[in-house]
Amino acid sequence: MKILVALKRVADPANHNKVKIPASGDRIDTAGLEWQINPFDLYALETALRLTENGKNPKKREGEVVVLTIGPKETETNLRSALATGADRAIRIEAVDEELDGRLVAHALAKIVEEEKPDVVMMGKQVVDSETNMVGQVLAELLDWPMATFAATIQEQPDGLLVEREVDGGVAKVKVTLPAVVTVDLRIVSPTSVRSKHTEAGFKYPYEEVRFAPLPAIMQAKKKPLAIKNLSELTPDLKSTTRYVKYEAPPGRKAGIKVKDVQELVQKLATEAKVI
Amino acid sequence: MSEPMTLETLSALDTLLSEDELLVRDSVRRFVRERYLGRAGELFEQEQFPTELIPELADLGLLGAGLSGYGCAGMSAVQYGLILQELEYGDSGLRSFVSVQGSLAMYSIWAYGSEEQKQKYLPEMAKGNLIGCFGLTEPDSGSDPGSMQTRARKDGGEYVISGTKMWITNSPLAHLAVVWAKVDDGGPESIAGFIVERDASGFSTPTIHGKMSLRASVTGEIVLDEVRVPEERRLPAVRGLKGPLGCLSQARFGIAFGALGAAKSCFDSTVSYARTRVQFGVPIASKQLIQQQFAEMGSEIVKGDILSLHYGRMKDRQGGKLRPEQVSLCKRNNVRVALEVARTCRSILGGNGILLEYPAIRHMLNLESVYTYEGTHEVHTLVLGKAFTGLNAF
Ligand SMILES: Cc1cc2nc3c(=O)[nH]c(=O)nc-3n(C[C@H](O)[C@H](O)[C@H](O)COP(=O)(O)OP(=O)(O)OC[C@H]3O[C@@H](n4cnc5c(N)ncnc54)[C@H](O)[C@@H]3O)c2cc1C
Repeated sequence: MKILVALKRVADPANHNKVKIPASGDRIDTAGLEWQINPFDLYALETALRLTENGKNPKKREGEVVVLTIGPKETETNLRSALATGADRAIRIEAVDEELDGRLVAHALAKIVEEEKPDVVMMGKQVVDSETNMVGQVLAELLDWPMATFAATIQEQPDGLLVEREVDGGVAKVKVTLPAVVTVDLRIVSPTSVRSKHTEAGFKYPYEEVRFAPLPAIMQAKKKPLAIKNLSELTPDLKSTTRYVKYEAPPGRKAGIKVKDVQELVQKLATEAKVI
Repeated sequence: MSEPMTLETLSALDTLLSEDELLVRDSVRRFVRERYLGRAGELFEQEQFPTELIPELADLGLLGAGLSGYGCAGMSAVQYGLILQELEYGDSGLRSFVSVQGSLAMYSIWAYGSEEQKQKYLPEMAKGNLIGCFGLTEPDSGSDPGSMQTRARKDGGEYVISGTKMWITNSPLAHLAVVWAKVDDGGPESIAGFIVERDASGFSTPTIHGKMSLRASVTGEIVLDEVRVPEERRLPAVRGLKGPLGCLSQARFGIAFGALGAAKSCFDSTVSYARTRVQFGVPIASKQLIQQQFAEMGSEIVKGDILSLHYGRMKDRQGGKLRPEQVSLCKRNNVRVALEVARTCRSILGGNGILLEYPAIRHMLNLESVYTYEGTHEVHTLVLGKAFTGLNAF
């Protein structure tokens, strides 16, 4: 199986305090931010690796994982980190963050899909910065491919993927034929969530995160191919159609109150917060 | 209150590191924070090394990371230093395990072993299937290793080794020990290294209990009672004290980087404590006395980082070699800085500072060992004194 994983860099969510908005409110000041791969996209990478290996012998690749990002040169560090984690090759589409929106990204991805012809395009259900939650869906529409969003488990079957999706109030099971677009949710990295056709019955991954990049793999990642393309060549007639009117920081949190006992807590939840 | 600046932002040391150095550091950093930090206090309290982590350490390529070939990761000196610093941010015991396996046990074989010995042991040690230890110190021979009493008597195609080694990191866990002994009736010039396997008759490794430091690292003795070792287990390529001292030089270099990891852990956690701990109506961090302590600690940590990075770059340029005096300077300085930072942080935490819930006291106690092993602080002082004056004061 060949899987294309789309990755986006985001400001480290653990350091959200560093996000600054100038008084003009016309942009976010990105100076000094620490960048990392969107956590949901890392889960997509882990999922893709699990689908292209026998978990018992992860050093032997049983398929191909191509990682892709759209962004400036610095994002190559994120791609190299994904290659060190196990991806086979990488593509960077040269662009600056400000000229992008979800629709444009989906169009650019569709062009790459035409060239690469993957069996699956995989990505996080959303990015933790803009949280638009649209690229996967728009891409599936453009390609006219089946899609499974918010995947919590994936089982490879002879004729496609059986996906359990996180939906309000439960889990929806869908079967997609390939090629398909899949976006993943948090639980996809649980020890038994992903089963490729190579996974042995009863096998459990011993971790619930994206795997660590081993030191020798970090050194070898420098030798893995990293191709560079230009956004303007892929989507010459398109521009971002999203207009940002103004940026504002959310209001600071108000100080909490202390209640003296459970009774008072329950009463305040009912009368003041009106949540019960 | 504005957002505090981190040590890393202030030192901007990352700008001096290459992309793969940063990726290596970040991978180990994530490992330590996700797999070790949450348990660090408990492991210390229970006097336990988490042996179940050994396969994970091996998979990451951390065992013998600074060596090339034989299944080792081939990291540069700077990369190796950064790795040890992340491990010691977790606990000096975790770092000690990796240092002893890589810089002492594996390095001895890598540098002084025969090709057959390297092929036989190193790949399995890198995989964590074989754990090694390094036996130099004895009950009556510490800072003066030339006075060791362990003897290897040649008997046909074998050596018969007798003696006791003391304070040996990992010995109770080890599958093999690199043991240094004087040969026949010789003096220090006759010292040779031997690979002794666990199942050798007369070989035992009693655990030393009751340590108040490095509790998450297993320490023991090595008792050798007429242990017969075949000639082909002797490390052929070195004779005399320069054998063990060459290994120690590797390990000390890593410790110079590593100790600052413990200091940074204390510093980070104590800054956030001082910003939220309110006394006299304001956070204690708003007091000049406390701020002065952070200013001093921060400056010393950044200087130590630059010192070890400088010598690390030099080591890489010079094919892995530094003068022993340079390593002494670096180990002595950085371990003292780390110990003082840990003690200061312990005090800023007040009563909470004596709880294992906060890392300071654990690091503080650990660093007492780091101050003593790999050449005591005083021994490195004498090394530098001799270097600067040309006079031996040992
Ligand atoms: C937790 C731990 C793990 C260890 N792991 C290992 C290991 O894996 N392998 C191994 O071989 N060893 C190991 N050691 C031993 C360590 O290297 C020795 O403890 C160290 O070399 C000091 O020796 P000593 O304890 O005998 O102290 P001593 O040499 O007796 O020193 C006692 C004091 O006297 C001072 N002193 C000594 N000589 C002089 C002098 N000439 N002038 C002034 N002051 C002097 C010392 O600085 C020290 O303060 C370990 C030690 C510890 C605590």
